[in-house]
Amino acid sequence: MIKAILIFNNHGKPRLIRFYQYFHQAAQDTSYCKAEDMQQQIIRETFHLVSKRDDNVCNFLEGGSLIGGSDYKLIYRHYATLYFVFCVDSSESELGILDLIQVFVETLDKCFENVCELDLIFHMDKVHYILQEVVMGGMVLETNMNEIVAQVEVQNRMEKSEGGLSAAPARAVSAVKNMNLPEIPRNINIGDINIKVPSLSPF
Amino acid sequence: MALKIVKGSIDRMFDKNLQDLVRGIRNHKEDEAKYISTCIDEIKQELKQDNIAVKANAVCKLTYLQMLGYDVSWAAFNIVEVMSSSKFTYKRIGYLAASQCFHENTDVIMLTTNQIRKDLSSPNQYDTGVALTGLSCFVTPDLARDLANDIMTLMSHTKPYIRKKAVLIMYKVFLKYPESLRPAFPRLKEKLEDPDPGVQSAAVNVICELARRNPKNYLSLAPLFFKLMTSSTNNWVLIKIIKLFGALTPLEPRLGKKLIEPLTNLIHSTSAMSLLYECVNTVIAVLISLSSGMPNHSASIQLCVQKLRILIEDSDQNLKYLGLLAMSKILKTHPKSVQSHKDLILQCLDDKDESIRLRALDLLYGMVSKKNLMEIVKKLMIHVDKAEGTTYRDELLTKIIDICSQSNYQYITNFEWYISILVELTRLEGTRHGHLIASQMLDVAIRVKAIRVFAVAQMATLLDNAHLLTGNMQRNGICEVLYAAAWICGEFSEHLENPVQTLEAMLRPKVATLPGHIQAVYVQNAAKLFATILKNQEGNTDSTAAQETSQMMIDRLPLFVQSANLEVQERASCILQLVKYIQKLQQKDVEVAEEVSALFAGELNPVAPKAQKKVPVPEGLDLDAWINEPPSESESEDEQPKAIFTKEEPKHSRPRHTEVDEKELARRREARKQEQANNPFYIKASPSSQKVYQEAPGVEHIPVVQIDLSVPLKVPATTPSHPTGLPMSDQYVKLEEERRQKERAEKKKKEKKKRKEKRSGRGKKHDSGPESEEDITPAHVVDIVTEEMPENALPSDDDDKDPNDPHKALDIDLDKPLADSEKLPVRSHRAAGAPKSSAEDGEAENATPQEPKKKSSKEKRDKKKDKERDRKRSKEEKKKKKHKHEEKEEDLLGGQAEEPVVQSEETKEVEAQPTSTSAEVSDLDFWLSNAPVPSNTQEAATVAEAAPAPEAPAGTAADSEPEEPKDTETEESKSSKHKKKKQKKEKEEKEKKKKKKHHHHHHHSDGGGEESVQNGTVEEEEPLPPMSNYCLLAENSYIKMMMEDADQVCDIQGNLQDGSQVVVSVIFENKSDSFLKSMEFNVLDSLNSKLQRPEGSGPHDGLTVPFQLPPGVSNEARFVFTVQSIVMPQKLKGTLTFIVKNEDSSTHEKLDFKLHFTCTSYLITTPCYSDAFAKLLESGDLKSSSVRLEGVNMPFHHLLARICFHHHFSVVERIDSCASMYSRSIQGHHVCLLVKTSGQTVSIDAKCDEPTLLGNVLDEIKQTFSQC
Repeated sequence: MIKAILIFNNHGKPRLIRFYQYFHQAAQDTSYCKAEDMQQQIIRETFHLVSKRDDNVCNFLEGGSLIGGSDYKLIYRHYATLYFVFCVDSSESELGILDLIQVFVETLDKCFENVCELDLIFHMDKVHYILQEVVMGGMVLETNMNEIVAQVEVQNRMEKSEGGLSAAPARAVSAVKNMNLPEIPRNINIGDINIKVPSLSPF
Repeated sequence: MALKIVKGSIDRMFDKNLQDLVRGIRNHKEDEAKYISTCIDEIKQELKQDNIAVKANAVCKLTYLQMLGYDVSWAAFNIVEVMSSSKFTYKRIGYLAASQCFHENTDVIMLTTNQIRKDLSSPNQYDTGVALTGLSCFVTPDLARDLANDIMTLMSHTKPYIRKKAVLIMYKVFLKYPESLRPAFPRLKEKLEDPDPGVQSAAVNVICELARRNPKNYLSLAPLFFKLMTSSTNNWVLIKIIKLFGALTPLEPRLGKKLIEPLTNLIHSTSAMSLLYECVNTVIAVLISLSSGMPNHSASIQLCVQKLRILIEDSDQNLKYLGLLAMSKILKTHPKSVQSHKDLILQCLDDKDESIRLRALDLLYGMVSKKNLMEIVKKLMIHVDKAEGTTYRDELLTKIIDICSQSNYQYITNFEWYISILVELTRLEGTRHGHLIASQMLDVAIRVKAIRVFAVAQMATLLDNAHLLTGNMQRNGICEVLYAAAWICGEFSEHLENPVQTLEAMLRPKVATLPGHIQAVYVQNAAKLFATILKNQEGNTDSTAAQETSQMMIDRLPLFVQSANLEVQERASCILQLVKYIQKLQQKDVEVAEEVSALFAGELNPVAPKAQKKVPVPEGLDLDAWINEPPSESESEDEQPKAIFTKEEPKHSRPRHTEVDEKELARRREARKQEQANNPFYIKASPSSQKVYQEAPGVEHIPVVQIDLSVPLKVPATTPSHPTGLPMSDQYVKLEEERRQKERAEKKKKEKKKRKEKRSGRGKKHDSGPESEEDITPAHVVDIVTEEMPENALPSDDDDKDPNDPHKALDIDLDKPLADSEKLPVRSHRAAGAPKSSAEDGEAENATPQEPKKKSSKEKRDKKKDKERDRKRSKEEKKKKKHKHEEKEEDLLGGQAEEPVVQSEETKEVEAQPTSTSAEVSDLDFWLSNAPVPSNTQEAATVAEAAPAPEAPAGTAADSEPEEPKDTETEESKSSKHKKKKQKKEKEEKEKKKKKKHHHHHHHSDGGGEESVQNGTVEEEEPLPPMSNYCLLAENSYIKMMMEDADQVCDIQGNLQDGSQVVVSVIFENKSDSFLKSMEFNVLDSLNSKLQRPEGSGPHDGLTVPFQLPPGVSNEARFVFTVQSIVMPQKLKGTLTFIVKNEDSSTHEKLDFKLHFTCTSYLITTPCYSDAFAKLLESGDLKSSSVRLEGVNMPFHHLLARICFHHHFSVVERIDSCASMYSRSIQGHHVCLLVKTSGQTVSIDAKCDEPTLLGNVLDEIKQTFSQC
C-alpha cells in the first residue's frame, strides 16, 4: 500500500499532497493535533529527511517518526526543482515504485507538454486528476502510460464540452490578468530520464 | 431566471479562480497569512451563493488551501453540494476536495451515501470512476456496508476502467466492513482471470494485500497464483504474486519446493532488476521455510548470494541498498553463506550513503562470531568517533549493543572488554540512548557474577566523573548511565575498593541537578553504601571513622530532603532519620552495622521480561470486575498524583532529542570546551575519561592528556606492558588475543602429545587451520544468571499481536461455504426487520431511520438547504424504487449465477459448496504433492466465465474417482452437481422456462435443427454458464411449437466406466392442460447402437417411463445405450407414446424424434496435466488433422469456453492467443487440440489416435462456430 504521496520543491513548499491514510496525532497527547497540522508536520519532516541527501545516494530511506517509522519506506526521486516522494509499506516493491514515479512524471510531462514546476503550482487540481488515474486509494491502479493519458484526455474533453470551470467570460478575464505575469520559465526538464534505474521492461 | 444566470456569470468574472489565488499568494509573500484569510472570507461569500459553478470554484480553491495546511472542514457541507452536481466538471472538483479532507469522523459523510450510490450507477463511466476514486479515500464503515453491494455489481461492469476501480476499492470496503469479504470473494477471485490485464492486476493487488495480513486463508489460491505466475508477462503482477508467495511459503513448505524451480528460472532469465530482486527475496523466504536440507538448496542459496553480491557491487546505490536488505534475510538462516562476503559488507560501512551504512550495520549483527566480535566492534567504535550527525551515531551505538548482547551474550568471551566498551560509549555527546547503555550495565553486572568486581570499579570511576556526564543535562540522555552506576555501586558495594570515596562522590551537591529518578537511586544506594562502610569500619578498633561517615551522611542528605522530586524527598528524609538514629547509637558505642546491613540483605535477581504477563489468572478471579464500585466523577482529580510515580520514568526515556545541524554542534562543542576549561574538576578528573579526547581532533586537549599517561583502570597485572595510546577496550582486545594465543599454544601442545600417542593410529589429522568457534573459551568462567520466571508461568508467547490492527477482522476463513445469512446488505435491509418481499414498504420506512438525526440538527441552522435536500431525497427515492424493480427483474432473469442477492440461487450455492470446498482443499494437496492432478481446476474457471469457480474442482475430483456406480442414487453423494441437478431439476426447469420467455436469443447448438435431442452437458461437468443452458432449451422451444403437449430435453452422456455405454437423460415436460401417463420410450436400434432394455424384453419393446406427468410438470428419465463404434456420429429414430387424459376423454398420442449421437457426445471432459500432454504429443502415435474457422467474432476465451462446453474439452495450457486442449473418448482415444487465433481466423490443429473420430469432431466444432 502507498500511504502518502508528497510533491514538494527544493525549499520544501508542497506542490501536491495526497494522503491515503488518516494521520493525526495520537489522542494521548493533550494538544490534539488536527489532520492538516499533522500533514504539514509530516511534509516538513519528510522534506528534512530527503533534502539533506545527495543526489547520488540511494532513493530509499526509512520513514520519519511521524509517518510511522521504519515500517514505512520513503521512496523518492528528485527532478530539477521537485521532489516526488512516495511513502509505502512493505508490500510494495521498491524498484517498482521508483518506476511508478517515473511513469507518473512522464505522464505529467505528456499531459502538460514539457511539465515544469509552474504547471504543478497553478494546476494542482489537474495533477490530482492525473494521479487519480495512476494510484487509487493507495493501490496502484494503472502503470501503462498511454492508458493513463487516454483516460485523462477523455475526461478533459468532457470537462471542455461542459464549458469547464472557467467558462468563457472568466477565461477572458484570466487572460487579461495573465498579461502582466513575469516571464514564466518553462521546463523543469525532466532531466535525465535515463537515470540508471532498472526499469520493468514491459509496462 | 435567465437573467439570473447571466448576472451570475458576470459576477463570476470578478471571482478569483484557482490560478488567481495561487498568483495572489505568490505576490503576497510578506503577508501571506493575511492575504489567505481575506481569500477565505471571499470563499465563504462565494459558498453562500446559489450558483453551483461559483461554489465549485470556491471548493477548488479550498482544496489548494488545504494543501497549505489550512483547515477547511467547515466547508464539508458545501463540498457535498458540489459533489452532487450533475456536471462532471463540478462533481470531480467536489470529490477531489472530499478525498483530500474527509475522514471517518467527518459527520456530513452520512449525507453522501445516496449521492455516491447514484454516481456509481451513472451511465457515464467517468462519473462512476470519479465516485469510486473519491470513495476509496474516505470510505467509512457505514458507507462500506451500504455500498458494498453496489460496488460488487460494478466488479462485473462492461468497462474495464470501472471494473479495475471497483476491484481495487473492494479492499477498502473489506477493511471497513469485514462481513463483506466472504460474499464478495468468489467474484474477486473470478477477476484474477479477467481478460483485461488492468483488472487482473487490480485483483492480484487486492488479494495480495489481503493475503499478506492473513496468509493462511489464501493458501488454497496458491495453484491459481502459480498458474498466473507462470503465464503472466506483466511484471507488476509478477512482483505482487511473487511477494505473496513469499508470505505463503512459511505456512506450507511443500509450496516452497514447487516454487524453487520456476523462481530460479526467472532469476536466470529476467532482465528486470525489480523482478529479479523480488524473486531472490521469495527464494530466500522459501529456503527459510524449508528447514531440512534438500540436496540442491545450497545451490539456490549460492545463486541468491551471488546475485545479491552483484547487486551490492553495482554502482547504483539503489541496488546496493536492496542487495544488503535481502542479504540480511539470508543471514538469519544461512549465516555462513553471508559471512564469506564480510569484506564487501565492511566496505559498505564506509559508504557515503547513510541508508546503505545502516543496512550494512544490520548485516554485521548476524555476522559476528566469538572470533571476530572484538574486531568488528572495534571497527564500529572507530565509526562512532567519525560519525557525523547524531542519528547515525545513535544507530551505531544501538547496533554495538545489539551485536554484543545478542542471544544472551553468546559471542562475548571477555566481559571486562564489554564493560569497558560500555564505559567508552558513555562519552558520546548528545546520544539519546543513555538508558540503553545503563540497562546493559545493570544486566551484565547482575547476571555475570564474575565480572562484578570489575564492573563496580568501573562504575565507581564513572560516579567520580559524574560532572562530565551532566555537562548539559537537558539534552544529555547519557546521564541515565549514572542510574546504573549508582545502583551497581550500591548493590555490590562489598566489592568497592574505596567505598568512602564513592559515597562522597554520590553525595556531591552537583548530584542535585540530575533528573529525579536518578537522584532517588543515588540516595537509596548511598544508604546501601553506608551500611557496607559501617560494616567495614566497625571491625576496626577506631570508631571515629564510622562516626565520620555518619556525619557526612547527615551533612549531605538535607540537600536531597529539599528536592522537588517527591521520591527523592521521601527516601532522603527517611534515610536521614535513620542515619541520625544510627549516629545516636554509635555515640553510645552500640554496634549497629549488622542491623543496618540487614536492611539491604538478600540478592536481587533478574526477572524475565513479560514474566508478570505469563502468570495465569487464577480461576474465579475476574480482573475487570470492580473491587469497589467507583463513585461518580468527583474523584477523578485524585488520580493525578498516581501519575507522578508511574509516568516519571517514561518521560525521561522518551526521545526528547532534536536534530542539530553541524553549526549548532560546532557551537556547542566550543561552549563545552570553554566550560571544561573553566571547570575546576576537569583537571582532577580520572584519566580514563580523558582518554577519549586523545583521539578527538582539537589541539587544546593535547596538553591535558599528556599530563597523565598512566593506565586508567586496573588492567590485570599479568600484562604490565601495553601501549598507552590505546583506548581502554583495545587493551582488552590485546589481552584477549594474547590469552587466546596462549590457549591455542597449550592446546597444540596437548594435541601434539595426543598425536604422538596416536601416531601409530590413523595417520595424520589436519591441523585445524583457523581456529573454529568452539576453540575459544571465555576468559573466565562466566556464570550467566538466567532470568527468573514465576513458577507457573505459561509458555505461550502469543501476546505480541496488536489488537487494534484492522486486518485482524479480516482473518476470515474463505473456504467455508457461504451461509444463508451471509450476503451483502441490499438497500432494503437498512430498515431493520423490513421483510425483503415487501421491498417498497421497507423503502418508505427505510429512508427515515438514517437521516432524521442529521436533519434535526441541521434544520435549525439552515432550512433552505434542508428543503433542497428533501427534494433531492425524494427524487432519489423514486430512483431507488425504480432501481429496485429492475433488480427484481434481474432476479427473475437469473442474472449472474453467483449473485448473492438472489436468494433462490444462493441456497443452491450453499448446497453445492460443501463438497466443492473439501474438494478444493484436497486439490491443493494434490497440487502440492506433484501428483498428476487434474490441472483444469484453473481452466475450469477460464472456461466457464460466469460459472462459479469454487465449484469447478468438485467435478474433476469426482471424475478422478475410479468407480462410479450406475445407480443414480449413489451418484448423488458423489457429485455435488448431480445432487443439485437431481433435486432441483424440476424447479430449475421451470425457472428456465420462465427465463426463456425473456430471452429469445438464438444460439448455436450442435444438434440438428429438427432433432429433439440435444447434445451438450456431461453431467459431471462444472456448472455451465446459464446462458448456454438457456440456449439448449431455446433450441427445444422450437420443438415445443411443433408439439403441443410434450416437450423433451435430452442429454447424452458418455459413461466413463464402460467403454460402450452412453447415458441419455431426457426431460419430459407437460405443456398441456391434460394429464399424461403411460409414457413409453422406444428407439429403433441400429447395428451399432442399441437401447438397453430390461432382461426378457424383446428388441423392439419400448421402455416405460417410470412416472406420470400432471399438467405443467416436468421430470427426467435416463436411458442407457450400448455403442459399438464411436468413430462416427449416429442418428437413431425413436417414438414416444403416451396417453393424454382429460376429464372426459383420453387419447393415445405419439411423438417421433431423432436421437443424434454426435462424436463429441462420446468425448468426456478429462483434465490433463501439461507434462502429460507434452508426452502424449511426443509419443508419435497420434494422427494429425487441422481445420480453419473464418469469421469467428468472439473473444478467445469465449471461443475456448464454447469448445470446452459443447465439445467436452479441457484447457491444458493457454498462452495469449494460443491454447492447447485435451479430451478423451469413452473408449480411451486421446484427442488433443491446439487452438490459435489471429483476428477473426481460428486455426485448430488436432491430433488423435483415431483419425475418423477426429475428423468428425472437427466437423462438429466447425459446425458449432458456423452457427454463431
